[in-house]
Amino acid sequence: MSITRPLLQVDGVEAVYNRSIVALHGVDLRLEAGKILALLGANGAGKSTTLKAVSNLLPAERGQVTSGRIVFDGLDAVQTRTSDLVRSGLVQVLEGRHCFRSLSIEENLICGGLGRSSSRGEVNADLERIYGYFPRLREKRKTHAGLTSGGEQQMTAIGRALMSRPRLLVLDEPSMGLAPLVVENIFSTLKRLNREEGLSILVAEQNSTVALRYADEATVLENGRAVLSGSAVELRERDDIKAFYLGQGARAPGRAAA
Amino acid sequence: MDGGFDWSFFVEVLTGGLLSGVMYSLVAIGFVLIYKTSGVLNFAQGSMVLFAALTFVSLLEKGMPFAVALALTLIAMILLGLAIERAVLRPLVNKAPITLFMATLGLAYVIEGSAQLIWGTQVHGLDLGIEDVPLEFSGVLVSTFDLFAAGVAAVMVIALTLFFRYTRVGLAFRAVADDQFAALAVGLRLPHIWATVWAAAGIVALVAGLLWGARLGVQFSLSLIVLKALPVLVLGGFDSIAGAIVGGLIIGATEKLGEVYIGDYFGGGIESWLAYAVALVFLLIKPSGLFGQKLVERV
Repeated sequence: MSITRPLLQVDGVEAVYNRSIVALHGVDLRLEAGKILALLGANGAGKSTTLKAVSNLLPAERGQVTSGRIVFDGLDAVQTRTSDLVRSGLVQVLEGRHCFRSLSIEENLICGGLGRSSSRGEVNADLERIYGYFPRLREKRKTHAGLTSGGEQQMTAIGRALMSRPRLLVLDEPSMGLAPLVVENIFSTLKRLNREEGLSILVAEQNSTVALRYADEATVLENGRAVLSGSAVELRERDDIKAFYLGQGARAPGRAAA
Repeated sequence: MDGGFDWSFFVEVLTGGLLSGVMYSLVAIGFVLIYKTSGVLNFAQGSMVLFAALTFVSLLEKGMPFAVALALTLIAMILLGLAIERAVLRPLVNKAPITLFMATLGLAYVIEGSAQLIWGTQVHGLDLGIEDVPLEFSGVLVSTFDLFAAGVAAVMVIALTLFFRYTRVGLAFRAVADDQFAALAVGLRLPHIWATVWAAAGIVALVAGLLWGARLGVQFSLSLIVLKALPVLVLGGFDSIAGAIVGGLIIGATEKLGEVYIGDYFGGGIESWLAYAVALVFLLIKPSGLFGQKLVERV
């Protein structure tokens, strides 16, 4: 156990939907500031639910955390409104991108700054910064988001989240439905943000190959439980990881030391 | 209708219909504001119209100057909007739409009841100081009051459009209307936005209440104009302000033209149900309405 307090700590979280369907049976995560943590697992393993619990978005989908603790930078995330979490530096890019389709790309981005009540000057500076990371978005900035490609929408969703000047960026399946080249582009930009700005990242991915290549640490979920966690390098070497994705239900022998 | 067709009479009926349609649009806009941003069909909109008109007319009868009464009513409507958000919507947040609809149905009776409790049950006349003398434009008679109402509606629509297009709050409204979950995730404070929308709907109700109150007298049947707004919404789409305007115009014109030209075949009195018949046909052909949200998506 290291002495430093992690930026995000999730301890034994259990969550249910509609007060009856249990989605998480005990998830533990630990993310040090400045790191990239990948959350891996098959469909239905509880990745999205975990991320929504972290951003306190579960109530909007009639879910709730029933036990365990989620602490972001000393803040109890279960008791804090999403808008306040965003203000204190934790923002999420939702699965399926969820751009405001009838708004232009630039309007989408500006919306990301509304949550923290950015001044006009800050908004303009942030827009420039984001267009710097994603030059495609500058070209398309007057286009309705609904009319842009999947990759452009993913960039818009990420850019929109960055407008809130986060310290922890949470991403749910950023590679979903995108061509391999676009996925590489997006992950390498995330890595750049991590390196150049010290942005911490928690990313849920089914595409474990890509995720493990860019992440520092990884945690594997199975049936709503964290079954394995360790450094990304270490997990890349292990065969039982593959077993999880092939759905052979191999039990992890134990938790690897992080 | 034997022999030549009387065009100037036709134009007169049409104009009268269009202008009375504007009055329907005024009510419909209140619905659209709330439906767009929170997905709630606010059945209490009619009661809010009544509440506004009744408050205004009672203050006026207490001897207050016009402007003071208007300002006080405005404040009352904004407070009412904020109170509804806090007391009714916030506890029911994330519930099914039908639950919210039922809540507004109940709310309609609560607002009507409290208006009655505070201001009494008599019918009041409301004089806005606009003389209803017919104006003549090359042989076509048009009511001054209707023209005034149309002007007010136009100003209101322009103001709302500018607000949505060019302000930050307007942008937040559009974001919430587009994708509520995403708006929540990027940190927009939905309760604040809903409160603002309900306050805005209160202001729209005030405008509608004054114009309808001046037309029909301020009485409890005023809250039933909510039923007149429904076919307008079906026609124009529940989530489009432009739709509410166009829908209102079409319904108004159809009602008047129908009554005058085909009413005789049904023994008259079709004005009261023709709008619903049109709405019903429309539901079969284009359920999302003329201007209802078409999802912008590249496939």
